[in-house]
Amino acid sequence: MTSAPRLSLHVPEPTVRPGGKPDFSHVGIAEAGEVPRPPIDVNPSEIRDFAYTMIRVLDDNGDAVGAWVGALTPDDLRKGLRDMMLTRAFDARMLLSQRQGKTSFYIQSLGEEAIATAHRKALKPGDMCFPTYRQQGLLIAYGWPIVDMMCQIFANEQDRLKGRQLPGLYSAKEAGFFTVSGNLGTQYPHAVGWAMASAISGDTRIASGWIGEGATAESDFHSALVFASVYRPPVILNVVNNQWAISSYQGIAGGESAKFAARAHGFAIPSLRVDGNDYLAVYAASLWAAERARANLGPTLIEWVTYRAGAHSTSDDPSKYRPKDEWAAWPLGDPIERLKIHLIRIGAWSEERHKQMQAEVEAEVLEAAKEAESHGTLHDGPKPSAATMFEQVYKDMPRHLREQRQQLGV
Amino acid sequence: MARMSMVEAIRDAMDCKMAEDERVVVFGEDVGYFGGVFRCTDGLQRKYGKSRCFDAPINESGIVGVAIGMGAYGLRPVAEIQFADYVYPGYDQIVSEAARLRYRSGGEFFAPIVIRMPCGGGIYGGQTHSQSPEALFTHVSGLKTVIPSNPYDAKGLLIASIEDDDPVIFLEPKRLYNGPFSGHPDQPAVPWAKHPLSEVPAGRYIVPLGKAAVRREGKGVTVLCYGTMTHVAEAAAEETGVDAEIIDLRSLLPLDVDAIQASVEKTGRCLIVHEATLTSGFGAELAAQVTERCFYALEAPVERVAGWDTPYPVSEEWDYFPGPARVGRALVKAMET
Repeated sequence: MTSAPRLSLHVPEPTVRPGGKPDFSHVGIAEAGEVPRPPIDVNPSEIRDFAYTMIRVLDDNGDAVGAWVGALTPDDLRKGLRDMMLTRAFDARMLLSQRQGKTSFYIQSLGEEAIATAHRKALKPGDMCFPTYRQQGLLIAYGWPIVDMMCQIFANEQDRLKGRQLPGLYSAKEAGFFTVSGNLGTQYPHAVGWAMASAISGDTRIASGWIGEGATAESDFHSALVFASVYRPPVILNVVNNQWAISSYQGIAGGESAKFAARAHGFAIPSLRVDGNDYLAVYAASLWAAERARANLGPTLIEWVTYRAGAHSTSDDPSKYRPKDEWAAWPLGDPIERLKIHLIRIGAWSEERHKQMQAEVEAEVLEAAKEAESHGTLHDGPKPSAATMFEQVYKDMPRHLREQRQQLGV
Repeated sequence: MARMSMVEAIRDAMDCKMAEDERVVVFGEDVGYFGGVFRCTDGLQRKYGKSRCFDAPINESGIVGVAIGMGAYGLRPVAEIQFADYVYPGYDQIVSEAARLRYRSGGEFFAPIVIRMPCGGGIYGGQTHSQSPEALFTHVSGLKTVIPSNPYDAKGLLIASIEDDDPVIFLEPKRLYNGPFSGHPDQPAVPWAKHPLSEVPAGRYIVPLGKAAVRREGKGVTVLCYGTMTHVAEAAAEETGVDAEIIDLRSLLPLDVDAIQASVEKTGRCLIVHEATLTSGFGAELAAQVTERCFYALEAPVERVAGWDTPYPVSEEWDYFPGPARVGRALVKAMET
């Protein structure tokens, strides 16, 4: 008989389940203004502790404090607020459209709007984002027509993707928005490769890759970091930690034992952990990483700490696995509300103007939806011809596809 | 016109394209300073610099993934997977991404990449250095799959692949790198220099994708094959005296169905030979194509000779390998039916 204890398996479990009292004491939140802003050519080893703290600009009163405040003007901030509000209104309308049967599926970004919209503001025309399905804010902040996005969601005759993609998996090259894959993590090495190509070509453009904390468990995350570490291409590696991957809390991806930002350390890639619900902090950190990339200083990894306020998708019911009131207890609040309070505090906004803007964005979305619906919805009205199904599989249609198209009789 | 081995012809294709097109970059495990474990990229880093020919980490999903990103940017990457047996970590990137970018983005993005990989057996490599995974790629819509059997085709097909705007899987039968192989391991190795198809023109030329070549004309039975099996089939025809017409497909997708149909309608018999395992192998697709297109011309059932449905062994390699004895028996049987 051995005297060794019997082994047991550790399976991480969130602190609370439905019916419990929300508890976010494990998140690890710093005071606003606490983290210094290092020069962009800082040695990564000098900012290792940045992966365990949190860059925040807006404090609990709505004041912007510390070294990461940046130079956004009230006009910039009002535009940022509008981008977030338009994104939320867009999501709300598309959720409704899904319930009305106008599309099969939808993924909203409720509660995470600051990340994509403020990040986009730090990029330049020509830069390329490799987004996941929850970065519609990149397109909206860019100013991409929301009618075009809706036509993709409705898979109608105006859908540039010809009804081939799941709703929300946009592609908009002109807006620096790479075609979204439904396979998680696969686009992360593409961002690194695109950035390597920019460096090989002596270009000035940079790439921005996106992944959720759940998908950092994929091998592709590791692959991307290896290549980013080896060749030091101009890429920003964004990890959106919204706490939940469908029903799996971030501990199942390894977040119980370590911070996602810290994964960059083994690759000597500088890493920041940032309040993702703080528009000013997201912009400032994105700009820092973009400046590093443009100065040929290589990749930066940023963990954006946020909370997925809605269901994963229209096919998900989060009340089955987490407390219903968890978002209300989320310590980093609502990004729209926080920027609104800040703008009011600096005398650049008011409740009345906010209400007015809310009405404006809702009207804009409604009008766009009417226009998009006039081109058809999933089961109603005009849709792409079945003949287009055989196109663009290859640049030129090969004989076997021509024969199959003929068999279909189109 | 120079005499070249298949290794030299493949290198010459990349050299030629790198010289005339700055967008062509070459990378993979050990391909930079060292020039590749099979020497296919030897000298390219010295000639074109480290940013156009470089070593990659041992990470096939990363190699394919960054190649896709480079292709989407506008470069023409040629990525080497050291052995086809190692490609599986990169398979998701090939299937879900490289093959699908153009379609899913409505033509906005595409991956004009070539993924080169040595395949096939005959070198005592066992299951991790001998596989022929072509059917895993021909089954995927959006990919082209090419497999040369000689130096002339290797250069022309590789240049055509690099110039192609779709992702191309370029399989290189490693047993043919330094000489043709009839499938008799006991016979002395023959260098390419004595083979007419080792005459390789200087500079750019292409062998178009989707065009088969008749390696041996005959009236008795059509043999559909590619890669190493082209040479094995030629040996089997010589040794049995069967009047076989040997078609080297060269490109599996796109497939030259006209050449297949013309030959089978002439001979009325068809034997399919490949080194890959039998079940769901590319031969199954060929058999279906022949049956659909040439049924009334057939005088005998379509036969297949292929690798057994086992992993590729080491010590039993020559029992596994579909050599000239097995191919010869199948030729004779086809003629007797």
